[in-house]
Amino acid sequence: MRTIDVAEITENIKEMCIEANHFLTSDMDAAMKNAVDTEKAPLGKQILCQLQDNLKIAGEDMIPICQDTGMAVIFMEIGQDVHFTGGVLEEAINEGVRRGYVDGYLRKSVVKDPLIRENTKDNTPAIIHYEMVPGDKVKITVAPKGFGSENMSRVFMLKPADGIEGVKNAVMTAVKDAGPNACPPMVVGVGIGGTFEKCALMAKKALTRPVNEHSDIPYVKELEEELLEKINKTGIGPGGLGGTTTALAVNINTYPTHIAGLPVGINICCHVNRHAVRVI
Amino acid sequence: MMKGTGKKMDQHIKAPMTQEDAKKLRSGDYVYITGTIYTARDAAHKRMYEALEKGEALPLDMKNNIIYYMGPSPAREGRPIGSAGPTTASRMDKYAPSLLDLGLIGMIGKGKRSDAVKEAIIRNGAVYFAAVGGAGALLSKSIKASEVIAYDDLGTEAIRKLEVEDFPVIVVIDSEGNNLYETAIEEYKTL
Repeated sequence: MRTIDVAEITENIKEMCIEANHFLTSDMDAAMKNAVDTEKAPLGKQILCQLQDNLKIAGEDMIPICQDTGMAVIFMEIGQDVHFTGGVLEEAINEGVRRGYVDGYLRKSVVKDPLIRENTKDNTPAIIHYEMVPGDKVKITVAPKGFGSENMSRVFMLKPADGIEGVKNAVMTAVKDAGPNACPPMVVGVGIGGTFEKCALMAKKALTRPVNEHSDIPYVKELEEELLEKINKTGIGPGGLGGTTTALAVNINTYPTHIAGLPVGINICCHVNRHAVRVI
Repeated sequence: MMKGTGKKMDQHIKAPMTQEDAKKLRSGDYVYITGTIYTARDAAHKRMYEALEKGEALPLDMKNNIIYYMGPSPAREGRPIGSAGPTTASRMDKYAPSLLDLGLIGMIGKGKRSDAVKEAIIRNGAVYFAAVGGAGALLSKSIKASEVIAYDDLGTEAIRKLEVEDFPVIVVIDSEGNNLYETAIEEYKTL
């Protein structure tokens, strides 16, 4: 049994909210740089160069990469030998988000009620996903999610007979409908299988996988590669203003499902695919 | 700028902008805006729309003005504004035609517009510009001053008056209804 004071969780989450909103992970950074070289459209290339300038200014002047600093999505992978002390874990997580967004000059984009829509003014509550894992460590992933791309995400409850072609059509439909709204070049997270909520959660988590890593499952890896190629032939391009770089990666996660179903969740993220990861 | 298409041009315009100037802009033109523009996004549009329905005055005169669909992140000390990129324009589609009919000459955002907005753009000789989505840090450098002029209680969604200098945008829908999102994609589509 290992004891962790929740104050440590608060402090880490505060720092991670600020870090994720000003610096991309190294895999995303490399993918964005590479896109400048491979983009065929002159305007597309110009936009990708502006996005390079934007990342440089964000890091140097500590101005958030995007003004939509997102709703804080947090994955907590908690070792089952960990015991938390010093307070309630959920409150400690939200306190970390509160301090990160208030002290870090991040935008407060959360409303208390979906219809009454009064801003909570501190960007809480976070969306927290807990997972119990073996061991005595805690892995925290903070993934602030902007809603330009979140709004273009979809869940399709396909039939088993729709098969892999049905999955491809679902992804292509979501990407084409998103077009310029999702701030391409995008990263496409896909969850196949499970249940209605499981496929959406897998799609969200897939966005936190490095964009230069593929699925371990051979057919899924092939599907990721094929879909990326097809998406980049749509012509949507950077900013949706035409070009050959519409997506930087397609990350797919799968899970067992019911004999009657083929759920597919597609979570689209813009080029500001933010996440910070720490193991405590 | 847009090599291969020839007719697209770099333009420098002043804001507010006359209809005569708006009509000179063409879909695909790269435009640098200098002058005064205003921010408004979802909540401010809803309030303005409700004010119009009740026959009340709007907090700003629409005539010849440009609205930037943007809600900034907070400014650090000594800076006029925080990160300041465009938000998705389609969420304002319900409200935009009424404002265009009152003389709104330009809108800056990102993403697709409805047919009703396109028709209102043509009807009023207005323009829809896109700024690069997700470039909020870079775009903030073209904003020299910012002041909340209405709906302060809305926080980031308040209406702000911005002084901008060479603020970079691209004409997506021009006063004749040409739409760059449709034409540019066709050029690079290989499916």
